[in-house]
Amino acid sequence: MSQALLECADIQKSFGGVPVLKGITLDLQPGTVTALAGENGAGKSTLMKILYGMQAPDEGVMKVFGNEVHFAKPTDAIALGIGMVHQHFMLVSTMTVAENIVLGAEPGSEVALDLNKASTNIRKLSEEFKLAVNPHAVIEHLSVGQQQRVELLKALYRQARVLILDEPTAVLTPQEVDEFFAILRGMRQQGKTVVIITHKLSEVLAISDEVTVMRDGRVVGQVATKDTNAAELARMMVGREVLLRVEKPDADVGTTGLLVKNLSVSTSDGSKRVNGVSFEVRKGEILGIAGVEGNGQTELIEALAGLVTPAHLTGEIRLEGRDITRVDARSRRELGIAHIPEDRHRRGLLLDFSLAENSILGVHYRKPVVSTAGIFLDNQAIRKRAAQIIEDFDVRPTNQELPARALSGGNQQKLIIGREFDLRPKLLLVSQPTRGVDIGAIEFIHRKLVALRDEGCAVLLVSAELEEVTALADRLLIIHEGRIVGDVDPKVATIEEIGLLMTGGH
Amino acid sequence: MRDLFTIALIWSTVRLATPLILAALGGLFSERSGIINIALEGKMLAGAFTAAAVTYAADSKLHLGAASPWLGLLAGMSAGIFIAAIYAIVCIRYKADQVVSGTAINILMFGLPAFLSGAFFLSSGSTPQIPRDRLIPFTPLVIAILLLMLTGICWYVLYRTPFGLRLRSVGENPEAADAAGVSVSRIRYAGVLIAGALAGIGGAYLSIGQSSLFTRNMTSGRGFIALAALIFGKWRPVQTLLACLLFGFTEAVSIQMQGAIKLPAFFATLLRQTPGDDIPIQFIQMVPYLLTIIVLAGFIGSSRPPRALGIPYQKEK
Amino acid sequence: MKLLRELLFPLIAVIAAFIVGGILILIIGDDPIVAYKLLIGSALSWPDGIGYTLFYATPLIFTGLAVLVALRCGLLNIGAEGQLYVAAFATAWVGITFAHLSAWLLLPLCFLAAIVAGGVWGAIPGVLKARFGSHEVINTIMLNFIAVALVSYFTQYHYKTPGDPIMQTTEIGGGAHIARIGKILPGFPERIPLNLAFILALVCCVLVYLFLWRTKWGYELRATGSNPTAAEYGGISIRKQIIIAMTISGSLAGLVGINEVLGYRYRYYDGFSSSYGFTGIAVALLGRNHPVGVLLSAILFGMLIRGGIFVDAFTNNVTKDLVDVLQGVVILFVAAEALFRGPFGRFGLLKRSKV
Repeated sequence: MSQALLECADIQKSFGGVPVLKGITLDLQPGTVTALAGENGAGKSTLMKILYGMQAPDEGVMKVFGNEVHFAKPTDAIALGIGMVHQHFMLVSTMTVAENIVLGAEPGSEVALDLNKASTNIRKLSEEFKLAVNPHAVIEHLSVGQQQRVELLKALYRQARVLILDEPTAVLTPQEVDEFFAILRGMRQQGKTVVIITHKLSEVLAISDEVTVMRDGRVVGQVATKDTNAAELARMMVGREVLLRVEKPDADVGTTGLLVKNLSVSTSDGSKRVNGVSFEVRKGEILGIAGVEGNGQTELIEALAGLVTPAHLTGEIRLEGRDITRVDARSRRELGIAHIPEDRHRRGLLLDFSLAENSILGVHYRKPVVSTAGIFLDNQAIRKRAAQIIEDFDVRPTNQELPARALSGGNQQKLIIGREFDLRPKLLLVSQPTRGVDIGAIEFIHRKLVALRDEGCAVLLVSAELEEVTALADRLLIIHEGRIVGDVDPKVATIEEIGLLMTGGH
Repeated sequence: MRDLFTIALIWSTVRLATPLILAALGGLFSERSGIINIALEGKMLAGAFTAAAVTYAADSKLHLGAASPWLGLLAGMSAGIFIAAIYAIVCIRYKADQVVSGTAINILMFGLPAFLSGAFFLSSGSTPQIPRDRLIPFTPLVIAILLLMLTGICWYVLYRTPFGLRLRSVGENPEAADAAGVSVSRIRYAGVLIAGALAGIGGAYLSIGQSSLFTRNMTSGRGFIALAALIFGKWRPVQTLLACLLFGFTEAVSIQMQGAIKLPAFFATLLRQTPGDDIPIQFIQMVPYLLTIIVLAGFIGSSRPPRALGIPYQKEK
Repeated sequence: MKLLRELLFPLIAVIAAFIVGGILILIIGDDPIVAYKLLIGSALSWPDGIGYTLFYATPLIFTGLAVLVALRCGLLNIGAEGQLYVAAFATAWVGITFAHLSAWLLLPLCFLAAIVAGGVWGAIPGVLKARFGSHEVINTIMLNFIAVALVSYFTQYHYKTPGDPIMQTTEIGGGAHIARIGKILPGFPERIPLNLAFILALVCCVLVYLFLWRTKWGYELRATGSNPTAAEYGGISIRKQIIIAMTISGSLAGLVGINEVLGYRYRYYDGFSSSYGFTGIAVALLGRNHPVGVLLSAILFGMLIRGGIFVDAFTNNVTKDLVDVLQGVVILFVAAEALFRGPFGRFGLLKRSKV
């Protein structure tokens, strides 16, 4: 084995007494692509932030070419040839490509910025690494794929020898992913070291030479990619055989609950996120929607929940036959639509409010929460309702005066689910129900969803976890770039088949 | 109507726009770095008071003669920087709400000069009169040239230097700047201090250029007009200069118009006044403020503030 | 225990401001102990000191509550100054125009004028934000200046007694006067202008508390302030809440007009407000955004205003401008809360907040 370009030994880090990294040892060889795989919360991002100087480790040693280093800030890492592309791009959208690339490493003197020289350099790099982009274009006018190229150029411009890429494919279309992988292979050929953080096994297998699997703050496996397979990696990632099966009887399907006809949703800048989608959800079934994140799922669910202004909608939404396309969020709730949002901090909770106050969001204006006068909140009724939800959905701790902020992710999610189930909905819209939730709570939530289905509720489920949707759904639609591109029976379809549809492979 | 638009009106416009331009261009640096500058008013007051007090002392106590106003100007600028430094520490280091602490600075500087001059000059909030030949001796023409140069320099710094690039990036997307190795807080400190320096000079010009003493609350809202001009100028140097000139012009007109323009019959009826009355000065005073509201609402083009304006930068934990 | 914690921090801010003020007093050659003794003593004497303290506190309670309601909805209303000017003028206008009406009719009309005028002036930036997304802070600043110019125009051109050198309107009808406390409280001199508006202010503290924490509307308003996207998800219209909050805020600020016009001067006096609207920000912040806190801090600032006059008169160099200085420093300290967390959090938090 040659001299490692970057190595770290026994890196430890904790936040507020909670250990996040429990002794990570890793070394990176020049001219290789290493995949860092692991579930959400395994500690991948924290490790990368430490490698890039954004955070300091509590314990452990880092070496670059055998010399021990201490990074106090990203600049220190950059100076030693470490570059990083963040999952959320770090670009200034109102500035040009060239300005973004040179920012912090400006050519010319302190009193004169030489952007022409920069542009020449950028062009040279573009050609060398096949990263076509116009240096004078303004970032906000570029596609996501182009913006990613700018991020890569930014690192290369600083002569990065190690490129750390955090979930680089999450925002790309399948074509862009292919191009992107081609670029990475080119970089490897040029001797660059690439670290790609991902939880998508297909990508790990497609691009990497080495795989490091992390779980719960530890490295649980380091193998050459050619010596492993998806099943083995998956086992390492979750620490048990992937046997995500939900025990559920066959669906007893009733009449149509939700009917969506030719629905399109556009954003305020006019781009279409959902494009002519039609489907129905019948009572007593779970309809799953699978797709790579960012293909219109968020907008679809928000449109169904009444959170998109009617001006941005075309098409038709019917609940039990009634046209609700132009009906606002509150009235939709009254008609029996409940919604478990994908982002509980953004949509689902008032983090500074108590559990009791959170338990009434959405019904706060009507009986029984509001007293007979129709104005005053009935604290007794609120406490009773909150206590019921906390008990039924096993929310811990049980003190309803605590602010929602004080709860763990899983308990926050259970609170939301309890609140929404309490509406006795006819239609449940549920998005990423188990994101950032511990294993025990996941099983609990899955059982509850099936139980609700069996009571005759129509359930529309969106999840980025393919295993979750296939296990829970009675029928599965596949969404890609805002269109429904497949309708399969999850009991019959294979993961490969669905994956191919999700990535626009058909 | 025609004899209204004289050379005198142009010079009057320049004179009245000068403090606005200085404060607004200063505010530009602060706001482009992401720090709201409600406190321009307070910084101008600090500059105005300090400049007048120092000029007076330098002349009558230290007998520095013609050097006095320059010392005063320097002192006014330093006072602006000093106040800006307090503001910057509170907003950047302690992540205080920028509007609230800006308001605090304004209230503080409303009282402090009067408090000090009450004690030092035994007056009710003003400094003693400074002799005419101890004021800043620039003619409007010289000032106009200097202001044009200043605007050019601001433009160059903002768009043609590494500092300007960093300043703009910090105001738009501090996370991105941080990730690129730019120190967000250092750039923001620089932006706020530049604003303090220029607003201080602007205030000094009020007390030892336009008039010859400091009086209580002598800026009377000019800091806010400068802020309005900055918004009206869409946070760009040249447009901001033009906006300041426009606002200076309305003020100049309102002064010249006293007795010159009569109220047209239609408006007279509307306002239940006699045709032939003067146009009420209050309506001309409202112009800059009304224009700002209209621009902000997007009726005249779109005016988008720097994206990170007013948000303290919190490094990810 | 919880109450103590809530009180501790504002207390530190006040003490810190007094220390800064003390240093300034030393610099200008007076004795801070003497000045502060004078300040507090004159503010708490019976009946004059307390009477005037509460009289000065009255407008600050209204503006403090105004800022509080907006802040609870996530909005910073620095336009209370303009709102109270417009409202005070409107109150006087009704009192002058309908002077002949009996008190039973005139008084409610005047109240209504104050509430509606303040509310409308507050609603404008609310609507502008809800409709065009323009920042309420800038718009309220601009509307302050417009309000001042507008009422000054009407006073100067239409409602002034011809020949009066003072910029003030003619007197309002006698039916619109509200009683001074001296009329009701035996032994309390009637020359002290403390009037029933103070009682109204106390009632407003209770009403604002009930509204925000006990009604569904208050829940919606606070939910919007806490997390607008979650409020929207819960079927609450953010735009509506912005407009409602700004309207209520403006109306509360407008009630200053009742104290000023109906209870004190019986006319509109141009430029009467000594920055009540801006001090309201300090009152709300120091009062921890709670009606009880607003009441306490308004009384504190009332003491400063009252005491400031005496300090001005009976010390060699200190002027009443000390009050503005103290106020500014208090807000600065309150705003930079993290500053105090250092010594009280064993420097732990302070270190981490370093960028």
